[in-house]
Amino acid sequence: MKRLEKDESLCIGCRQCEEACSQAFYKVSDPAKSCIRITDREDGTHAIAVCTQCGKCAEVCNTGVITQDAKGVYRLNKKECAGCLMCVGFCPENVMVQCDDYLEPSKCTACGLCVKACPTGPIRIVEE
Amino acid sequence: MIQMCNVPRYADADMAEIQKMREAHQVLKHVDYEPKDLYHGYTDKRLRIDLSANSVEILDIPQEVKEKFVGGKGYCLRYLWDATNPETKWDSPENAITMSAGPIAGITQYAGTGKCLVCTISPMTDIPIDSNVGGYFGPFLKFSGFDVLELTGKAEEDVIIVIDGNKGTISIEKAPLEHKDAHVLGEELTAMYAEDEKDRKNVAVVCSGSASEHCNLSMLNFTFYDPKRNVVRLKQAGRGGIGRVFANKHVKALVCRFKGVKANLNHVYDIGILNKDGLKFHREIATLDDKQNSMRKSGTAYSLRTLSDYDILPTRNYKYGGTDKIDEMAPEVWQNQWLTQGGADGCWYGCSMACAKTADHFLLKTGPYKGQRVCVDGPEYESAAGLGPNCGITDPQAILELNFYCDTYGVDTISYGTMTAFLMECYENGILNKERTGGLELEWGNIEADLEMLHLMARNEGFGKIAALGSHKQKEYFAKMGWGDMAFMNDIAMEQKGLEYSEYSSKESLAQQGGYGLTNKGPQHDEAWLIFMDQVNNQIPTFEDKAEALYYYPMFRTWFGLLGLCKLPWNDIVPADNSLTDEPAKVPEHVDNYLDLFYGVTGVRIDRDDMIRQSERVYNFQRIFNIRLGKGLRKNDAIPYRSQGPVTEEEYLSRQERYDGQLVEQVGLTPEQVKNMSLQEKMAATRKHREAEYERLIDAVYPKRGWTLNGVPTVAHLKELGMDLPELLAVVEPLQDAQP
Repeated sequence: MKRLEKDESLCIGCRQCEEACSQAFYKVSDPAKSCIRITDREDGTHAIAVCTQCGKCAEVCNTGVITQDAKGVYRLNKKECAGCLMCVGFCPENVMVQCDDYLEPSKCTACGLCVKACPTGPIRIVEE
Repeated sequence: MIQMCNVPRYADADMAEIQKMREAHQVLKHVDYEPKDLYHGYTDKRLRIDLSANSVEILDIPQEVKEKFVGGKGYCLRYLWDATNPETKWDSPENAITMSAGPIAGITQYAGTGKCLVCTISPMTDIPIDSNVGGYFGPFLKFSGFDVLELTGKAEEDVIIVIDGNKGTISIEKAPLEHKDAHVLGEELTAMYAEDEKDRKNVAVVCSGSASEHCNLSMLNFTFYDPKRNVVRLKQAGRGGIGRVFANKHVKALVCRFKGVKANLNHVYDIGILNKDGLKFHREIATLDDKQNSMRKSGTAYSLRTLSDYDILPTRNYKYGGTDKIDEMAPEVWQNQWLTQGGADGCWYGCSMACAKTADHFLLKTGPYKGQRVCVDGPEYESAAGLGPNCGITDPQAILELNFYCDTYGVDTISYGTMTAFLMECYENGILNKERTGGLELEWGNIEADLEMLHLMARNEGFGKIAALGSHKQKEYFAKMGWGDMAFMNDIAMEQKGLEYSEYSSKESLAQQGGYGLTNKGPQHDEAWLIFMDQVNNQIPTFEDKAEALYYYPMFRTWFGLLGLCKLPWNDIVPADNSLTDEPAKVPEHVDNYLDLFYGVTGVRIDRDDMIRQSERVYNFQRIFNIRLGKGLRKNDAIPYRSQGPVTEEEYLSRQERYDGQLVEQVGLTPEQVKNMSLQEKMAATRKHREAEYERLIDAVYPKRGWTLNGVPTVAHLKELGMDLPELLAVVEPLQDAQP
């Protein structure tokens, strides 16, 4: 399975990953439109929420429009998606994106753009 | 535990057979039309099909109708009234079946937003019945350009009506070869009208089943295709015999195809509101359902044990309120042994509550499909309770088999369960015996006899013909045959207005007695399901609270039927802090969600009072519709004593401590007096008290509803509601001063 792995101790909270992700599809710099989410903790460290490709989104989808590709990544077929947002609401990591400008949500495809944008190496793509 | 990922997909239909069936169709009428896009939840179009004339008309819905009737059940009743007259019976050609989904229906972001309402003049009650149902037909009908469908007249031979909302075509076709049972017919028509496997989810079918040609208890199945299981699922517009009217019109099925479901086909006023509230609700379900009702795991059957514990679960024809065998059908039994877990079981897009559970690849042991493995939708609480403990049955295997056959034959599980319980008590009391039933030993818990009666009913054979009448007509028949005492049967037959009760024992809840008795369509809980808040949560403790609840909740709950909404997401899950609100029973945050949805879809801002007012208009219209057809007065709101108190000595003795105590606490007798009374005297005193309480309740509720003490809406109230329509005044004005 191809997915993102994280090591929060290396994160400096620069949010380059969020920037890269939201730019990739939504063409804006907006953390709310990123499938990777950085949260600052009081102690100065940073929490990283990423899609673990757990498949909960696919399980709750009643039309079966979220399916695993050959590498194990859950992908959303937006053409067939009815925009019910259940996948967004049930995501255990809260990393699916819903925005009112689009009828369908979006999810991490493990494309690696966030990894490339990150200067310190807390996130990486793994294939198991 | 059966996990969805381990459930094999069901087999495809035989396409060669499907092709032969389609080739046998004869098109009687074909119409091309331009589907009108929705705007703020409405198309403002009505589709009227007259089966006698094979005519198809597309008509405008006037603004006044929209303002006064909103949609859904409001539209269904308005156009049913217009199609019929005071003499119309269920089988009159002019009787209509009306279907409407309501303005919010078809959004995908919020749970429970795909309901379709169905009305007709009922063969069981002779007044309008309304039934709400999931499945995809209602929203597809809207997307195809129609806020309401009206079927009237009678076809000469079995026809299907096919609406293609993408192509803009409507056809009436003779369809001689398709099977009649719903689980087969649903598959056949879905495969027939889908362009390919992927297109099956875009086909919705409405059909009844093989019992519907002769059985008053017949309902309509509404399908939706489940792409993960590769099977057509069935939801039911269950109550009041709509399936019988459907079959009497020789309609075998309706098919609606619509490809392209998206989040904003309603062209709503503000989609952001729907997204925000929908997402909030999904998150609530995701985090709280396991801690509350586990609707996603066991559906409404979760409540069986709770209701048994609180003495509410109807057992042996409502004699008792629970069974010591309840563990055999506890929630964990359904979850661990029977119902598939982890499925996406919503009956419309976006229903995260997902209570439409299934028992998959269930092996049938009896009947025409014996030996086959099938998908059983349910059981829902009502089906499990009625088919189960009410008839002395606690075996899930038997309940599932009964549930399956009721569904596929097109028989309402609630009426069938309650009626069978009545027949079993008749058998126990010698009103029925083996000779009179043609060999069926209808003893409590006799699963074999119960299933055989159902199969006979579907085939219209033997005692099945009597079963097909329903309890109300059975009483008359048994009395006419000299088999039983009418007064006793009136006490124990759990029917009112001709409709069988749904599955709550209301003896200890005066509010629920009224919740059943003071309904428009007959004793169905959807109008005033007060028993949980009264008897379990003690949220309406005083007499005044109960009377007020019988004004507010029927109106509040009617609103769901106007808008195309399911009520379960309203209070089968509640926000974590709901108990801290001023009125937890009303679930204020969810009510606000619904007001948001109304605004988000229509662009019209309403408040909580407006919501009730919208319902009151339609509720009073329905009451007057009943009066127009000869019911709807106080005398018609009388209820069987079994729903109020102990009819038999064994019932009294089973809860003697409680009843004796009430004679002291509620009737005002001294303990010494009670001690010296005979059992018969105590039963008579209990009955007198309870029946008087019910009358006192009516005296309190009717004025709150703006009705005379005879149950007639007052002219002043109609004026206040803006419902002083000439046709309504013509019905109520002569009755304003009539005494009960």
